[in-house]
Amino acid sequence: MSKHQHTHDLSCKQLLASIGDYVEGDLAPELCREIERHISECEHCRVVVDTLNKTITLYHASAHEDHVPNGVRGRLFQVLKLDDLLEKKP
Amino acid sequence: MIDETEQPLSLEALRAGDRAEFARLVEAYYTPIYRLALKMLAHEQDAEDVLQSTFLKALQHIGNFEGRASLSTWLYRIAANEALMLLRRKRPEVSIDNEPDDADDNLPLPEQFTDWCCLPEQEFVTAEAKKHLDRAIQTLPEKLRVVFLLRDIEGLSIKETGEALNLTETAVKTRLLRARLALREQLSSYFSERLAPEI
Repeated sequence: MSKHQHTHDLSCKQLLASIGDYVEGDLAPELCREIERHISECEHCRVVVDTLNKTITLYHASAHEDHVPNGVRGRLFQVLKLDDLLEKKP
Repeated sequence: MIDETEQPLSLEALRAGDRAEFARLVEAYYTPIYRLALKMLAHEQDAEDVLQSTFLKALQHIGNFEGRASLSTWLYRIAANEALMLLRRKRPEVSIDNEPDDADDNLPLPEQFTDWCCLPEQEFVTAEAKKHLDRAIQTLPEKLRVVFLLRDIEGLSIKETGEALNLTETAVKTRLLRARLALREQLSSYFSERLAPEI
């Protein structure tokens, strides 16, 4: 990943393979510590981990912003022949 | 959307063909199903078609629903299949089956190393930023996009995402990581440009 010399055990490529479990919080504590040790010494990997976390956070935050356009709900109930059960939205 | 936690849907009533209970099911899930379809297809009419075909299929098959997965996972499974079938009709090369590149030893290496996390928070919530987030999703291959949408937008667990897409948990995890890394590259390009130039 980066072009610098490494002195740590975990390579950047190995970190990349574990990064999914790391951001999910599914990694064993010992491997977490290895990743944290690595990113404290490797600026490129630190940026990748931080911006990956930020990417996920931004999508989570915007996840439910889309609204269903007017009429879609009514047409759905009609197609399903449930329009007699369609309650008016407040 | 109704709050299903207040009065849980009755599987028994749904299986028995209770129309009022099915209407409650539709009310509970039409928003997330429409949202999934819209983000898969980026086309409002196609999303509405998928929404309708999803609930028509659910209505047709609810009598045989065994309850091995949750109702929501079952609906997401139908909706994802409907959306992918629509995409396949438009582009026959689309496939979501397990494929060799589900191995995580050949992940694409990151190329963007600018730290844009320090941008002011208001930069992340503009209408333009939201558009860019949506556009970035559309650049993902369909088999990655659907995994990302179910896990990171709809909030399904890895296990539920696997159940909905008939994928192993390992395949879900690898596709999710590929999707997230690809989106990170896209967002890095966009937000890096918003960083104040160094003097």
